[in-house]
Amino acid sequence: MDIINALVLFSNFVVVPALAYGSQLALGALGVTLIYGILRFSNFAHGATMAFGTMCCVLITWWFQSLGINFGPLPTALLALPFAIVLCVVFALVTDKAVYKFYRNAKSSPVILVIASVGMMFVTGGLVRFIIGPDDQQFGDGERFIIKAREFKQLTGLSEGLAIKTSQGIALFAAVVVVIALFWFLNKTRTGKSMRAYSDNEDLALLSGINPERVVRVTWILAAALATLAGVLYGLDKSFRPFTYDQLLLPFFAAAILGGLGNPFGAIGGGFIVAFSEIMMTYAYKKFFAYLLPEDMAPTELLQLFATNYKFAVSFLILVIVLIFMPTGLFKGKSV
Amino acid sequence: MSFLSAENMTGGYGGADILHDCEIKAERGEITVIVGPNGAGKSTAMKAVFGMLNLRLGRVLLDGEDITGLTPQARVAQGMAFVPQTNNVFPSMSVEENLEMGAFLRDDDIFETVDQIYELFPILKEKRLQPAGELSGGQRQQVAVGRALMTQPKLLMLDEPTAGVSPIVMDELFDRIIEVAKTGISILMVEQNARQALNIADKGYVLVQGANRFTDTGEALLANPDVRRSFLGG
Amino acid sequence: MTIDARALTYFAIMAGLLLFVGFFQSWNVSLSILNLCLISAVMALGVNIQWGYAGLFNAGIMGFAALGGLAAVVVSMPAVPEAISAGGGLIALSFGIAALTIALAVVAFKKLPNTKMRSVLIVAIIVVGYFTTRYFFVPGTAAVEAVEPARTGYLGGFGLPVVFSWLVGGAFAGIAAWLIGKITLGLRSDYLAIATLGISEIIVAIIKNEDWMSRGVKNVIGIPRPVPYEIDLQQSEWFQNLATSLGADVVTFSSVFVKLCYAGLFSIVLLICIWLAQRALNSPWGRMMRAIRDNEVSANAMGKDVTGRHLQVFVLGTIIVGIAGAMLTTLDGQLTPSSYQPLRFTFLIWVMVIVGGSGNNWGAVLGGFLVWFFWTEAPIVGLWLLEVITSPLAEDNALRLHLLDSAAFMRLITMGLLLLVVLRFSPRGLLPEKSARR
Repeated sequence: MDIINALVLFSNFVVVPALAYGSQLALGALGVTLIYGILRFSNFAHGATMAFGTMCCVLITWWFQSLGINFGPLPTALLALPFAIVLCVVFALVTDKAVYKFYRNAKSSPVILVIASVGMMFVTGGLVRFIIGPDDQQFGDGERFIIKAREFKQLTGLSEGLAIKTSQGIALFAAVVVVIALFWFLNKTRTGKSMRAYSDNEDLALLSGINPERVVRVTWILAAALATLAGVLYGLDKSFRPFTYDQLLLPFFAAAILGGLGNPFGAIGGGFIVAFSEIMMTYAYKKFFAYLLPEDMAPTELLQLFATNYKFAVSFLILVIVLIFMPTGLFKGKSV
Repeated sequence: MSFLSAENMTGGYGGADILHDCEIKAERGEITVIVGPNGAGKSTAMKAVFGMLNLRLGRVLLDGEDITGLTPQARVAQGMAFVPQTNNVFPSMSVEENLEMGAFLRDDDIFETVDQIYELFPILKEKRLQPAGELSGGQRQQVAVGRALMTQPKLLMLDEPTAGVSPIVMDELFDRIIEVAKTGISILMVEQNARQALNIADKGYVLVQGANRFTDTGEALLANPDVRRSFLGG
Repeated sequence: MTIDARALTYFAIMAGLLLFVGFFQSWNVSLSILNLCLISAVMALGVNIQWGYAGLFNAGIMGFAALGGLAAVVVSMPAVPEAISAGGGLIALSFGIAALTIALAVVAFKKLPNTKMRSVLIVAIIVVGYFTTRYFFVPGTAAVEAVEPARTGYLGGFGLPVVFSWLVGGAFAGIAAWLIGKITLGLRSDYLAIATLGISEIIVAIIKNEDWMSRGVKNVIGIPRPVPYEIDLQQSEWFQNLATSLGADVVTFSSVFVKLCYAGLFSIVLLICIWLAQRALNSPWGRMMRAIRDNEVSANAMGKDVTGRHLQVFVLGTIIVGIAGAMLTTLDGQLTPSSYQPLRFTFLIWVMVIVGGSGNNWGAVLGGFLVWFFWTEAPIVGLWLLEVITSPLAEDNALRLHLLDSAAFMRLITMGLLLLVVLRFSPRGLLPEKSARR
């Protein structure tokens, strides 16, 4: 019984949150990796883009709520999401035209594009804070839980409960659907294949008659849509705060580099690995071991590897290990 | 009137001229080979034909039509195809996808062409689901040629297709190229392995310092004592 | 106009701006701005060495400046004997174990053959070492933090003159930069940017959370000064006489005098740094650096150790950033971890370098002055501007209130736009590099 309790405890505090967080990271890292594969620079503005898309969603959700529109047990934000995606896509395309296109045509070195993206990160971040403010915003509604801890306990008679939030369920579900759709798109459609071709060998893609501007446009659309989705899922699960979204940049990069920059499949794997590492390394295992060990050996310490304050240090650690031992990532991305 | 006729080509990559009044012609269904010492401007001449550098003087005619002002992409649509010397496949994509990308501009059914290419290069059919980057050098060259053929070109240009492959693979590649020519496609090829290339060539150009030095049939050039002494090592 | 005449003109304008503030606002304000201008200039100089000489993008200036700030505390604050006796031994022991763990892991990695056994062994060493370290570290820090948390609760420092901390701050930052550079240089240029971004956030997180070392968000206040205190000046006779002879108010003059002392010290540092930077730039070493920057491939082909040179230049630049960070904390007289914001440190410094003229040391200095000046004056102007724009709206109009409330974020937007505009339309900056860049 104690073993089952320990497992339920572990699922409740590690597995379920990590699956949800991993889905969010995977979607974000996908955007980073797509931009890298096609436009060949690390987009520092991706976190800010995500905040922008989420902000649009939050505002539209509030408006819908004020009109009395809702989505039954599901959060209203899901209804607002398509509109937010459109706004964020438009924003991304405008940015590309105004900022990045110039350097692309001038064939500037990637570091210049990185600096430009840092500039965009501040402009976008400022815009978001200017419009919605720097504070925490809650915008979730509908049924909060799929399974409540108390119900689970009653149902199973265990002393540990397992709670699954609606937002967590949605995050995982959305990630699975989007990933399948994206892979279908990249592997089966002409446009998707042309993107992969462009990412593989730009010159040859041009010789084959692939239109680079179209590929770039589709990439921005996908990246902005993925960023908005990731941001909204994260915001529903936790809350929306521009600063937190800026900080997600590091786990995104860690996930994308771990998976091999430019490799979409890798980004997803990387996202889940980073999420699980982060949560497992900051989880206090005291109670978990209390279940497993005989009573007199029960731990007195928290048994926490890293304080929660240092959770993004986990991403950094992963990043450093990858860069030292396998700079092309686990799933072989573009050349170093 | 030759099928391809590039006349008085003069120009370079912005600095000093590399080509000086250079002329290249190719006929339907024939193999034309450009040879010459290192730095003679062989590849440059081919790139000029394909529109990858700006000519100061001269013009390029394809089937009687002036294409001097067209971009390389537009020339592909006109029936030219180009196989670069290096980086000529999409390494992470499968062989079949490589061929498909070659036909990106076509909207008719491409699978007939794919089958023709598999017939020409049977090994590619065997490896059609494998990423092109994992193939051997010779096989990769076949993918590259196959990709170029997917546009159903009338003129196929090859920049040193045998660079870095073994002599056996080279012979096989040349055999394939002869077969391609038999289907009525003109071939224009730059080659480092001058003797073997001239062997299969209908016509050969020997370039020196960006200008035509000798022009004749492949056979005649091989027999020409001047050419033998200077460029074929005796 | 030659570049030197241009530089003189710009610096004259800059001096004019500061004098203007001095005459029309107050000399105190003007000198405060000047001091921060000087520090910014030093920091920008450090970043210019990395970006302008070598094309390295350091996205973690904030962290390296914070290390400098930490050095100011560690060097100059008096030690807290109670805290040291309570937990100092345990902390030192845990550090020893940590060092031993790393050394063992590295030795195992280098000496043993590459097998599965080796990986297992290394992981085992790290796991055991980590837990042993924590076993001593956690109670040690808890004991230290329990010592009068409201006043101390940390180990304190070495009680040395604070000026030493400028060198120590440079050293701290240099060590951190060496580690990061060792890992990321030689890989894609993006990786350096990402890694520096990460390390700087972690450094700031450590300073915020490790109370035993830096008191965390409780701040360390009262860092000893390298210059006299106003109150002592006001009470000393020679100073009163000096003030009277100049016809100035003693209290005002004392604070102006203190700021002048700081300005003197900072100017000395700036001049030393710029002298060294100029000599380096025009030496064979500097020419080689620029050759590498302009064509890495051919420099590599000519047998230049590109990665090694990059590491050198990255560490050197970061040392200067660390020095400036220590100077800043010295000027503030306190370490405020929450003040380390990427916008204020990393980003603003970048704007200085790019606006000033990347690759030109004087350009970086000018950028430091000019951008800092506008950075401090901008909110005043911005707020005024917004008030003017929104003046047709009613006093309590929601939009007007929201806009006025959010004026602070205009800084983010303006600075971002400024960077983008300069990068795009005038990438060589106000004072371009002398030898044409490609």
